[in-house]
Amino acid sequence: MLHEKLVLAGIDGSSLTEAVCDYAAWIALRLGAPLKLLHTIDHHPESAAITDLSGNIRLDSRDHLLEEVTNLEQQRSKLRLQQGKQLLETARARVMHSGIVDPITNQRHGSLVESLIELEQDLRVLVLGIRGKIHEHQPDKLGAKLESIIRSLHVPILVVNDNFKAPQEFMIAYDGGKAADKAVDMVANSPLFKGMTCHLVCVDKDNPTAAESLRAAADKLTHVGGISVTPQILHGEPKQILCDYLNQHPIDMTVMGAFSHTRLHDLLLGSFTVKMLMNNKKPLLMLR
Amino acid sequence: MLFLSKKQDWLGNVRADVLVGTVVALALIPEAIAFSIIAGVAPKVGLYASFCIAVITAIVGGRPGMISAATGAMALLMVTLVKDHGLHYLLAATLLTGVFQIIAGYLKLGSLMSFVSRSVVTGFVNALAILIFMAQMPELTQVSWHVYAMTAGGLGIIYLFPYLPKLGKIIPSPLVCILVMTGIAIHLKLDIRTVGDMGELPDTLPVFLWPQVPFTLDTLEIILPYSLPLAVVGLLESLMTATIVDDLTDNSSDKNRECKGQGLANIGSGLLGGMAGCAMIGQSVINIKSGGRGRLSTIVAGSFLLIMVVFLDEWISRIPMAVLVAVMIMVSIGTFSWNSIVNLKANPLSSSVVMLTTVIVVVWTHNLAYGVFAGVLLASLFFANKISHFMYVDSTLDENGMTRTYRVVGQIFFNSAEKFIASFDFKEAVEKVVIDLHRAHFWDITSVTALDKAVIKFRREGAEVELIGMNEATSTIIDRFGIHDKPEEIEKVMGGH
Repeated sequence: MLHEKLVLAGIDGSSLTEAVCDYAAWIALRLGAPLKLLHTIDHHPESAAITDLSGNIRLDSRDHLLEEVTNLEQQRSKLRLQQGKQLLETARARVMHSGIVDPITNQRHGSLVESLIELEQDLRVLVLGIRGKIHEHQPDKLGAKLESIIRSLHVPILVVNDNFKAPQEFMIAYDGGKAADKAVDMVANSPLFKGMTCHLVCVDKDNPTAAESLRAAADKLTHVGGISVTPQILHGEPKQILCDYLNQHPIDMTVMGAFSHTRLHDLLLGSFTVKMLMNNKKPLLMLR
Repeated sequence: MLFLSKKQDWLGNVRADVLVGTVVALALIPEAIAFSIIAGVAPKVGLYASFCIAVITAIVGGRPGMISAATGAMALLMVTLVKDHGLHYLLAATLLTGVFQIIAGYLKLGSLMSFVSRSVVTGFVNALAILIFMAQMPELTQVSWHVYAMTAGGLGIIYLFPYLPKLGKIIPSPLVCILVMTGIAIHLKLDIRTVGDMGELPDTLPVFLWPQVPFTLDTLEIILPYSLPLAVVGLLESLMTATIVDDLTDNSSDKNRECKGQGLANIGSGLLGGMAGCAMIGQSVINIKSGGRGRLSTIVAGSFLLIMVVFLDEWISRIPMAVLVAVMIMVSIGTFSWNSIVNLKANPLSSSVVMLTTVIVVVWTHNLAYGVFAGVLLASLFFANKISHFMYVDSTLDENGMTRTYRVVGQIFFNSAEKFIASFDFKEAVEKVVIDLHRAHFWDITSVTALDKAVIKFRREGAEVELIGMNEATSTIIDRFGIHDKPEEIEKVMGGH
């Protein structure tokens, strides 16, 4: 059975949920793809629901314990199920208001990462908030699962960090590498960016071929994608320069490759992607 | 793979796991001492084993939150080895046990657990409880009334202390029992047996100890008959406990990794002068009940146990045996499945018979492996018998009375083959016999032979025999299930029902 790939929005009830819905609806409309809203109920089996340190076991302690634990978890899960249903209902109403005809809502048990991996093959674009409920009021932190989600999935992921504004201009962080060329290809061939303005920004590493490949990329975006392109070559330390550029121009969205290095490399040297995520005030589309 | 673990397995529940680890360690000490005494070795052998096995399974085991240490099931198997050949042969047997268990893990024998039915598990658990209880008897026979008083008082504290408001839920009652009763015994200067009388306690950290046995075939001949059942019983109890913990925590575990982990733990234990062990049902339940979930609680339990024993050996040696007996009786009562007695009548007779057989064989042989084997065998026989009832043959005679058509429906295999043959009427004088096998399933060679026999008999009576639907009927004789267990294939084979 061939089914159309989805735009999926991760909903958790944090303050970014509305923006996530709006961006997901915008993408779904532009791509003409169905939209699915996902809420996951994470059970945290690693922490206990009851603690009783009396250290003894009585008659049929196993059965009683099982009964007790089951009752408690049933109540908790019911509550979460209810809350999730409400969240999904609100989100559904919101995206329908934006013009989505029949959004699909889905509720799953288990961690978000697990659920997303299971759903991966049906995904076209994933839309997530930059941080979930736990870190909601800590603007200096990324969501706890964001990095592992981006690392484990191979679909484009839009990380939302602010209220919705229909993007007009976007930036591609271009370094002349294979991954960047692939990103340019994807952008050029996607209906998402048609008619928008692209800042194709390359931070020069004294590479003579960079200018040439930048021009080729710009051509492709213009002719295949119907996008008006402003190519830019900048000089300096990439992270800082790119962030400065973002702040100086009216850019609504950044497109970049993500986590091309191993975890170990990033642990030692720091990750470019994490830095971009932290310092960017506008949504980022991660292409893997 | 053996050393891989998720961060949340270790750090998901730190505060609770550390606290619970200490509670479990307190409960492990009396058990380790008691099981050493069952095996006939000094308490330090069991205590070192408990430390080592708990720590190693915490790291490499497949089931976070499960407690493994020196156990009664294993101790019972090594009694004669220790008596006849001494401690060093026990250490060698422990190493070999570990090797067998690791091999079992790599052969993925953990999946054989699916043959062990619920009734066998219940039987195993009940038998284990009875064995633990019986092992306390030597401490309770031909002793002064002081011992009975101590034991009864201990049990009273263990079961009543948790009812105290506030304190009851935060201080482990077995610890209170040990402290109070030991205090009473010391204060009254009672002349009763103490842990110190039973042999050496550890006064140092364990050191590397290569078993002093000759490396010959003779040695192997001595230890092999012990190592094999030790390996089997160890894995059985560990995998059953893992299933129980799986149920309680609502997540699953890696059974084959658990086999390898148990093996590695036993090798480690053997090299540090400890006896073989496995997972403990009672302790694991205590761990889960107290709120322990991660690998941390197990490793804390093992380490804390060793630290306490090494530093408090003076005090531990003064604990009266009667108090340990009380703790062990609690473990025995808590392990036993009392519901299974209540349900004896409600459950199908075959299940109850399997459960009771398992218990009886274990208590008779003192070997849990035999009991499980008997239980599994009996359960399989009962199952085969049940399935053989799902077979019937009806027949019709055509108008001129010359052709008899038999329609066979159901399962034909070794157990129902006899009944299959008996359903034909060979005495009837007809010219033609049609046997319609469209809705029959032939599971083995015995059933095919039975069909041949029926055909030959009819032919000897002078009838023409026609078989229809033979292909469908024999398509169940397949051993390569890898290809055939897709839903559509199963639908084809079993479609008649």
